[in-house]
Amino acid sequence: MAGLLLEVVSLVTSLATKSGKLNAVDEVSFKIDRGQSFGIVGESGSGKSVLSRTIIRVHAENRIVSTKGEIIFEGRNLLSLPEKEMRKIRGREIAMVFQNPMSSLNPVKKIGEQIVEVLIQKLGLSRTDSRYRAIELMNSMGIAESEKQLSNYPMNLSGGMRQRIAIAIAMAPEPKLLIADEPTTALDVTIQGQILNLLQEQTNKFNTAIILISHNLGVISRYTDRVAVMYSGQFVEESATAELMKNPMMPYTSALMRSVPDLTSPPHTKLRAIDGMPPSLLETPQGCRFQERCQGVRDKCFSEMPEIILNGGDHRYRCWYPLEN
Amino acid sequence: MTNITKFAQRLGNIPPLVNAIFTLWIPAVWISCLLAMVIFADLLPLYDPFESDFTALKVRGSPEFWLGTDVLGRDIFSRIIYGSRTSLTVGFFAPVCGMLIGLFLGIVSGYYRGRLESLVVGLIDIILAFPNIVLAMCILFFAGASIVNLIIVLSITSIPANTRIARASTLTYAKRDFVLAARAQGASHLRILWREILPNIILPQMAYILSFMSIIIMIEGSLAFLGVGVPPPTPTLGGMIAQGFPDINTDPHITFLPALFLFLTVLSLNLIGDQLRSRVAVRESAI
Repeated sequence: MAGLLLEVVSLVTSLATKSGKLNAVDEVSFKIDRGQSFGIVGESGSGKSVLSRTIIRVHAENRIVSTKGEIIFEGRNLLSLPEKEMRKIRGREIAMVFQNPMSSLNPVKKIGEQIVEVLIQKLGLSRTDSRYRAIELMNSMGIAESEKQLSNYPMNLSGGMRQRIAIAIAMAPEPKLLIADEPTTALDVTIQGQILNLLQEQTNKFNTAIILISHNLGVISRYTDRVAVMYSGQFVEESATAELMKNPMMPYTSALMRSVPDLTSPPHTKLRAIDGMPPSLLETPQGCRFQERCQGVRDKCFSEMPEIILNGGDHRYRCWYPLEN
Repeated sequence: MTNITKFAQRLGNIPPLVNAIFTLWIPAVWISCLLAMVIFADLLPLYDPFESDFTALKVRGSPEFWLGTDVLGRDIFSRIIYGSRTSLTVGFFAPVCGMLIGLFLGIVSGYYRGRLESLVVGLIDIILAFPNIVLAMCILFFAGASIVNLIIVLSITSIPANTRIARASTLTYAKRDFVLAARAQGASHLRILWREILPNIILPQMAYILSFMSIIIMIEGSLAFLGVGVPPPTPTLGGMIAQGFPDINTDPHITFLPALFLFLTVLSLNLIGDQLRSRVAVRESAI
């Protein structure tokens, strides 16, 4: 069951933009065990997606990217693997589910064709076998009348159905790691739960580790074993999910938690949003990156960048003056 | 003003079926009949398009010669069919060759970007800098006029537009998530081009090609009219129009009948192309 699957060691991912080079992922380290579910939470632009795409080395729009550090997956450093070897790992051992199921399926190819293609390519099944396997897979994803759906185009299906198809495609080769990049953000709330339950069920079934990326703390708290909070390209806090929810050490984490609407508060309670904006990655401030928005900020925060440190057990955080709980 | 608005409103209320009949089915029937006659021309009871009947010069329509005869007493109907054969051959192969080359250049440059893209775009701009007909005339003048040369020349002139369309659609599709998803599944670039991007852009490209065929047929006609097309006595629609031109005052049918055929054929191709394009667009927008 247990055992180390993925180890990321001081990973830096730089993007070349028109206005200069920036580190979208800055000195990030973490470990994932087999079958573990690891959540990454953070606001838009915090580097969550870039981090996940760095792991499989697939980036949108040929942005020029340079990477430093190590990504050790089952003893191999993915960053130094030749592209051809990497291609074998993608889909087969590390699969990915994308945010928007409206655009992650090819609009002009039938559903069946898209699933069967992966089965033939990744598992080496014959065409007839993969057809049966596709129906089987779709049944286990909770898709009704799956045989009929094979000859449908993505546009004939609802968003939730398409995301089920995307998960079926991703889980078909029984990968060791599934990266789900905001898999429910584009779906409505009633479907979100179903999709997340499905992801949990499927990953448990094959002992697949999952990296669940979200900006929704509620989702993360319910579906992950460990969680990392990402801010401005850095991990600012990481621990077991229950521990983090109970004892946030970094002011950003607790601010995030406070900004989630609470059903038990009286009507017309004002939502406590975090003031200000994250710093531009092009000109990060000296010292802590959360300085401008932090309520407990002191002089040291402006001059020195806190290192991410271990506090006793395995609760890591990046803060000079952690919250006392 | 109000009259125009009323007219536009009435136009806007054409029932879809009537619209489909006039803009799709009649043109489709016209093109199919013409194609059938052109393909099976040798089996049809037509007059020899090259044979002159000197007892019947410039005859108007008669039971014997349905559409009359031209200056040399040759049957116009027969010549129109054989002339359409030349026009359609050129009008089919030139755009298709141009499309294949353009599709290749467009997809590759739109997907891989970088220097290759700059090179292709530059090349296209250079071809576009020459006026189509002048370019075609120059090449035909030196290489000699024959159907094959004509096809080559006209496919060169159809490369730029095809490349631009293919490149533009590749640029939009290459950014879509399903391309990223395919890469995350371990697909190679070649596989993505072939299996993910091409199926998306081929239909719009084909719809465009139909309209482009009509342009090529017009250019072929113009070249024949200017005397640099396929040399006589091979009948072409443009050549027939040119030949009848001196007698347009006394015997207008020699010029106008082939012109009418050319007009109807080009119109039909355009209408079908438009219909196809709008149908493809509907499917696209539903995504």
